Amino acid sequence: MRIIGAQLGLKSERIVGNPSPRKEGRDKVTGHARYVDDISLPGMIYGATVRSQIPRGKIKKITFGPEINWNDFVIVSAQDIPGKNYITLIVNDQPCLADGMVNHPEEPILLLAHPDRHILPKAVAAVSIDYEPIPAVLDIDASERKSPVIWGADNIFKSYLIEKGDVESIWEKADHIVEGEYFTGAQEQLYIETNGVIAQFDPEQGVTVWGSLQCPYYVHKALMAVVNLPENKVRVVQTETGGAFGGKEEYPSILAAHATLLAMKSRRPVKMVYDRAEDMTATTKRHPSRTRHRTAVSEDGKILSGEIDFTIDGGAYATLSSVVLSRGTIHAGGPYYWPNVRIRAKAVATNTPPQGAFRGFGAPQSIFAIERHMDRIAQVVGLSPVEIRRRNFLKPGQTTTTEQPVNEQIDLQKLLDRALELSDYDSKKLRFAKENQVGTQRKGLGIAAFLHGAGFTGSGELYLASVAGIEGRADGSVHVLVSSTEFGQGTNTVLCQIAAEALDLPYEAVGIAQPDTMEVPNSGPTVASRTAMVVGKLVESAARKLKRTLRDRGLLGETYTPEEFRDACRKYVSAHGKFREFARYEQPSDIFWDDQTYRGAAYAAFSWAIYIAEVTVDLLTYRATVDDFVALQEVGRVLNPVLAKGQIAGGVAQGIGFALYEKVEWRDGRMQNPQMTNYIMPTSADVPPIRVYFHELGNTYGAFGAKGIGELPMDGPAPAIVNAIEDALGLPFNSVPLLPEDIFDALTKNSAERDALLTAGPP
Amino acid sequence: MIAASGKCEVTLRVNGEIKIVQAFPMERLLDILRQEFGLTGTKEGCGEGECGACSVLMDGALVNSCLIPVLQAKGASIVTIEGLAGDSRARALQDCFLEHGGAQCGICTPGMILAAVSLLNKNSEPNIEDIREGLAGNLCRCTGYIQIFEAVAEAARRSAVT
Amino acid sequence: MRSDPAEFELVAPESLPKALSLLAENPGAWLPIAGGTDVMVQFAAGKLPARKLMSIWNLGELRRIEVLPSEIRIGAGCTYTDLRGDKTIAKEFPLIARAASWVGGIANQNRGTLGGNIVNASPAADSLPALLAYEADLILVSVRGERRVAYRNFHTDYKKTQLAADELVRAICLPRRFLGYLAYTRKVGTRNAQAISKVCLAALGRLDAGVIADVRIAMGSVAPIPIRLAETEKILTGRRVDSALLLLARKTAATEIRPIDDIRSTARYRTEVANNLVAEFLGRLGASGTRP
Repeated sequence: MRIIGAQLGLKSERIVGNPSPRKEGRDKVTGHARYVDDISLPGMIYGATVRSQIPRGKIKKITFGPEINWNDFVIVSAQDIPGKNYITLIVNDQPCLADGMVNHPEEPILLLAHPDRHILPKAVAAVSIDYEPIPAVLDIDASERKSPVIWGADNIFKSYLIEKGDVESIWEKADHIVEGEYFTGAQEQLYIETNGVIAQFDPEQGVTVWGSLQCPYYVHKALMAVVNLPENKVRVVQTETGGAFGGKEEYPSILAAHATLLAMKSRRPVKMVYDRAEDMTATTKRHPSRTRHRTAVSEDGKILSGEIDFTIDGGAYATLSSVVLSRGTIHAGGPYYWPNVRIRAKAVATNTPPQGAFRGFGAPQSIFAIERHMDRIAQVVGLSPVEIRRRNFLKPGQTTTTEQPVNEQIDLQKLLDRALELSDYDSKKLRFAKENQVGTQRKGLGIAAFLHGAGFTGSGELYLASVAGIEGRADGSVHVLVSSTEFGQGTNTVLCQIAAEALDLPYEAVGIAQPDTMEVPNSGPTVASRTAMVVGKLVESAARKLKRTLRDRGLLGETYTPEEFRDACRKYVSAHGKFREFARYEQPSDIFWDDQTYRGAAYAAFSWAIYIAEVTVDLLTYRATVDDFVALQEVGRVLNPVLAKGQIAGGVAQGIGFALYEKVEWRDGRMQNPQMTNYIMPTSADVPPIRVYFHELGNTYGAFGAKGIGELPMDGPAPAIVNAIEDALGLPFNSVPLLPEDIFDALTKNSAERDALLTAGPP
Repeated sequence: MIAASGKCEVTLRVNGEIKIVQAFPMERLLDILRQEFGLTGTKEGCGEGECGACSVLMDGALVNSCLIPVLQAKGASIVTIEGLAGDSRARALQDCFLEHGGAQCGICTPGMILAAVSLLNKNSEPNIEDIREGLAGNLCRCTGYIQIFEAVAEAARRSAVT
Repeated sequence: MRSDPAEFELVAPESLPKALSLLAENPGAWLPIAGGTDVMVQFAAGKLPARKLMSIWNLGELRRIEVLPSEIRIGAGCTYTDLRGDKTIAKEFPLIARAASWVGGIANQNRGTLGGNIVNASPAADSLPALLAYEADLILVSVRGERRVAYRNFHTDYKKTQLAADELVRAICLPRRFLGYLAYTRKVGTRNAQAISKVCLAALGRLDAGVIADVRIAMGSVAPIPIRLAETEKILTGRRVDSALLLLARKTAATEIRPIDDIRSTARYRTEVANNLVAEFLGRLGASGTRP
């Protein structure tokens, strides 16, 4: 078991709230951090995947080309699977390897392994597969038309209905009925380290998998089913992970299963690392979405009632679509008071590679829609984007769309005031209005107000029943034991800070064990912005338990020095052996959620945010660029200001990509631009100054008052930017990514409009 | 001299040490560094010269090692992240990256630090535009670059003082 | 990485004559590779048809910049960094210096070569419009000797050039007569750095008593090869810049370009933006009041 970063000595100040240095940071900046492709095992061979070239069809024949010496290869098909041919997740509909039928391009069919990594691409190309194609559906519209039905009875993975109050009778009473339709495209997580694992099999020990992953216990569970081995014969270890963002939440289970099958058949360790093109074409992306709003609004701009229709494209198999749908559905109303609302949501199947988790997980999609819609409502009613929000913000005591009461003293008016001040909104609006009269640059400002629920929805945390541990070792050092993984967001650092704080020890005295299912308890998946808040709280509890145990044994006084603590641990271990204390998640008694009616307290805590984007649209090139970005959020408690700022800035940059650059070009269900040169993420030359500010209201349910922040910043940038572009141009845009070509097309639909905009002659 | 097909012998200097390797001439310098020499600090992110995770210095110039056939590195002096251990500018950068949050997942970090070293070697007082330009060939998906800019600017200040 | 290095040969002749002999022995058999920023991308993608490559990276003969009284000769092996660092280029050929700064990031500028950009012959290549605007000549070399061709004629079709199977580009010659000209260049790409161009314009102009005396407009990414807008240049010469001329220029330019829809952009967009860039250039030219 590898321990990260425990050093003994040095007393430090109060830890939580301070910029404690990244636990594994020194290794990262010196190039010593070891990612899975940096690791080699003796006798290791390499694996590759033969994949479907069509969206849907029957496999008629597989031919192995004569130009390859197949005797040198290990070949695995569905027939070689000892256990179940599916990847355990929610519905278990996704095959580990296609068996006779394929349902999406890039679906894995065969696995090959060989000692020479370089030979594999040629071997993969030498396998030819004859298919009998079957009609496929490739987008939401076709899926809804059921032409044809490709999944279940009706192409619907999951649907939800939220009903609050009385929707129908309000339509007549409305002074305005505002409709809108909003779209978001697929988005690739684009972690700089691609997916990769190493698998090893030993008939006695069982299976061991090392890999770049977020959720070792998800992989563990999936492997048990595929290899038909009990839980103590399967071991999953997370290696240093180079970015994940949700893209390594469920996908690694598939890759791990594949490498394991090859390892079992060959009796050699097998490494499988995807190259960039394979990773982009074959693994999960953000669910594309379509949201339709129909809102009854009063003369003075208050939302009276509404219908929201939220649909996401889940790809060919269910994977996590039901949960993405859930979060998107619950966030669809934004941070506003809806006295009445009906939200119909569904996740549909298409013959494209299954979509999956990506930071925000449904919320960026539905929040894009509501925040664009609020600006539309503002226009119809004749109010400003600022005022329309003021009139509808949730207040403490009011209930959300799921009838969860807001029971913290969040003041969104004040938060908005502060954001407007920080972005110099009022004076810039005046200035831009003047400046936009001439020249070829149009400037605009846009607002996004939103909330993000931290932790698993409703009874999710209860169901997870997470456990965290703390170990006091023979040498007196302390280690956090969790399956929560570090992939840049600061898990190691924050959990060590919390433990050190709870134990009155210096930060340097606490380390964290490498997530290894043989060594650490299941603290749940590292997702849903739950790690600091939920797992941190468990770490805190376990730490306090540890302290209490030492005190109860008379080994520690009420106050103590770090040296005394070390001594106490040493004594305990020599007397009693392994010294570990655990804490298990307990659902707070005042959180109620009804899964049937989708009503109640959806999340233990919400973070709140106002983001303001300043953009310029160049009328010569139709490029929109973000010149300044203010990100203000209430997050409970900032546990580490440097890490927290980094999370927000990084999320905003991804949001800018989501809004303006990152387009997946689809053809016949396959991504056509799977290169970094053609799938465009922002470079250092593309990000504006991102100004990050925090507000802290605390949180009863979170460690030291923390709420989740990892995903929050993904929700705001796209609507803020598109709102700003509409402000600049006076034309609405309802779809992201919004490319210059789209802006140009919209502006020139009406050529008189276009000429009017280009009033300038020579500058 | 015309090399026969098959492997060739390439002599190069890596982090100050002479290295001799038998390799196919079209093997990528990146793979030679990682597999032959065990210098895994240099990373592969894209294999197409876009992400900069494979950046090294070759005869003092920043290059993407995934785009260099090892034969072209014959006689060259290569510096990887591991070779910066004694470099005071690099140390300042590494310290500042840690203090300012310049590294999150860390996979882009070696390349990013190489790029920053290259920048500071050429321009010891870069302004923000210089920093943006100097790092434009190194993609980071985690940080949004903001804290990397801060780290580089601070490291430049510290290097200037010493 | 989708190629097997074991299947490829790469040789590195020690001098230019040796390189040329090898090319002559077996014309078309050896693919020259300089900085590798194009070839190695194809190699990694498993899409490089050639199996025998000849490195010209270390040939010092190709990496000089000669400043002569009437022209400069840029060795084809000069990297973009070399170009950016040259004082004469910075002063007299700013279109080249700008284009060099657009290529990839610093790492790719340190390896990509002007010769490579030319021979790879992508219509989206950053430096090619500048070469057209500056009326470049190329010196091509083989065992048969040297020949000088106008760059204007070098590209014959999409990714096809006048380069014979046994030839290398030795140098790019730029006449030193553009010092007084207004130089305008703009690239419109997918993002601010590391962007493949959607439209690129490189233009030079000179007014004489308020009238356009000489104008060159070159564009990339709007046709199978980089082009000069010869018709547009014709209708502009001898005229004053006014709004009527701008409209005429836009109309004429639109007839000379043949952009396509592709993975990066649309023909409609490219046409519009190309016209806008032409107009912006002319606007700057009109406001400049430059003298020879």
